[in-house]
Amino acid sequence: MTSKFEGTERYVATEDLMMAVNAAVTLARPLLVKGEPGTGKTQLAEEIARSLDKPLYRWHVKSTTKAQHGLYEYDAVSRLRDSQLGDAKVHDIGNYIIPGRLWEAFRSERQAVLLIDEIDKADIEFPNDLLLELDRMEFYVHETREMIQATHRPIVIITSNNEKELPDAFLRRCFFHFIRFPDAETMTRIIGVHFPELKRELLAEALNAFYKLRDVPGLKKKPSTSELLDWLKLLLAEDIPPEALRTDDPRKSLPPLYGALLKNEQDVHLFEQLIFLQRRQSRQ
Amino acid sequence: MLTPFFYTLREAGVPASVTEYLTLLEALQRGLANYSVNDFYFLARATLVKDEKHFDRFDKAFTHYFKGIEQSFEHLQQALPEDWLKLLAERHFTPEEMAQIEALGGWDKLMETLTQRLEEQKGRHEGGNKWIGTGGTSPFGHGGYNPEGIRIGGPGGKGKAVKVWERRDYRNLDDNVELGTRNIKVALRKLRRFAREGAADQFDIDSTISATARNAGLLDLKFQPERHNALKLLLFFDVGGSMESHVRVCEELFSAARGEFKHLEYFYFHNFIYESVWKNSRRRHGERTTLFDILRKYQPDYRVIFIGDASMSPYEIMQPGGSIEHWNEEAGAVWLQRLTQRFQRYAWLNPEPQDRWDYVQSIGIARQLLAERMYPLTLHGLDDAIRALKA
Repeated sequence: MTSKFEGTERYVATEDLMMAVNAAVTLARPLLVKGEPGTGKTQLAEEIARSLDKPLYRWHVKSTTKAQHGLYEYDAVSRLRDSQLGDAKVHDIGNYIIPGRLWEAFRSERQAVLLIDEIDKADIEFPNDLLLELDRMEFYVHETREMIQATHRPIVIITSNNEKELPDAFLRRCFFHFIRFPDAETMTRIIGVHFPELKRELLAEALNAFYKLRDVPGLKKKPSTSELLDWLKLLLAEDIPPEALRTDDPRKSLPPLYGALLKNEQDVHLFEQLIFLQRRQSRQ
Repeated sequence: MLTPFFYTLREAGVPASVTEYLTLLEALQRGLANYSVNDFYFLARATLVKDEKHFDRFDKAFTHYFKGIEQSFEHLQQALPEDWLKLLAERHFTPEEMAQIEALGGWDKLMETLTQRLEEQKGRHEGGNKWIGTGGTSPFGHGGYNPEGIRIGGPGGKGKAVKVWERRDYRNLDDNVELGTRNIKVALRKLRRFAREGAADQFDIDSTISATARNAGLLDLKFQPERHNALKLLLFFDVGGSMESHVRVCEELFSAARGEFKHLEYFYFHNFIYESVWKNSRRRHGERTTLFDILRKYQPDYRVIFIGDASMSPYEIMQPGGSIEHWNEEAGAVWLQRLTQRFQRYAWLNPEPQDRWDYVQSIGIARQLLAERMYPLTLHGLDDAIRALKA
């Protein structure tokens, strides 16, 4: 194996994640990554591209995206317009074939990393339409009757938020990794990577408050890693002292700048109620 | 050489295929996991398991298969993290409970005895008052009555055990008992059936192009109606009585269904379907819809979902006058059959855990009446129900 992915100075990879990535790279098969929102699924592709020094092509999937969009699009409307204007370009249909992200990745001179982001957002048939393309890394352009083949099989990273189940035939062709919510130890490493100059007391207090908040039952949206990082950024910017985050404090008030952690007014409301209840209990 | 392992996985319910097994072998050949069980575990998981809800089954099967060389991967068989348990205890116990723990000689003693008994005990155990198992009065196990008990695995029968300790990390992802509105929505989405109906008000680029081409290049605009979910759904909810404990999950199902379907009608009933149902619980005695109206008003292409625990006295289903609320001229079974004859595609979702169904006679009767189309109200059950509704 020429190069191995071992995380980067900006991205902490767990052992099982490294194994999954390296397996996908070695066997040149797609890697499907799932996990809670905000655990760094999308970032993974960027970091793989960075650490292995390869160009990255991003394909963000939306609910209206069709598999064809990733291959190429035939711009019939501008050809129609050109024909009405009598443009000479119109005789070559190739002028109106616009390559998609998959095509670009196939065409890349060096091996590329292709990110297919949030594949579950698209229609249920979307993954099935890409089976052959991802398996053989080639496709056929009907309009120009040419076969597009990948010069180097790209490293394909696919992320999913589990909104739709993916078809079995598709899953069989991928490696799979589920990013768990990091435990406190991994989290400390992640934070160390992002805020090397963070004071230890502040970090300890912040983590404490954060995990406590995640433990509150009934939260609609539990704060995730990316929200914790945002919150820490704010805490640093505002220069909040560690004492303000003291562990027993949830009884007294919401943690400072809680807006970065709780993204749902029902959650804020629930949390306030819990504090109220606790305060009443402690008074009795 | 790994083929028996592959079959162990399949027996354990991990849906691994031959292609994936060959991929694993190829990866091993390429030297991805040399000399380390740890690496092999991660590699096998990434190759053979494609859904985090199967991680737990994989873990179990893996442990089972490689039992002989247990020592080499302690990370799968960790000892009880005592400090962590202590931390939890401080957070979860009230002072009274802490005092009760003292009854058994304090926390340290409790943990010590637990470890000791875990070692002493071999095999499954039920009842009794010493060994770890189910339903007993020993402080360890689950479903028991000892207030200072430690629950080990399994569901808590009496809600008495103080803290669950699960060794297998991904257990809560298995078969998802946790049914959120979002999960239900995703499941219900499979029922969608798109159709274009109504006014043609969306620009149809494909037809426009082909029409224009046929028109020798002169623009010929084409429009089409917007795509809507055309599926129609009738929901019947059991309310009150034994359904009280399932209110939350029913609410979630209802709100998810409301968001997903445009043609959705819902009605409430109590325990079983009789000659009338209602829409507004506060005025349930005044405003009732007779079942004959429903049978007439809704076309047979409506899908019908009943949600109820079907737990009652068998008389309430089989006998005229069996209803606990009023005198019904005809038995509930007759009314249910009228509904299922009119609406061919139906399913009954039951929030009671499936393993208890066999012990309730009325559930058995209802299942017979429904041609076995009763499904547990879990994500998995919902999937099955939807498959039945689609067929």
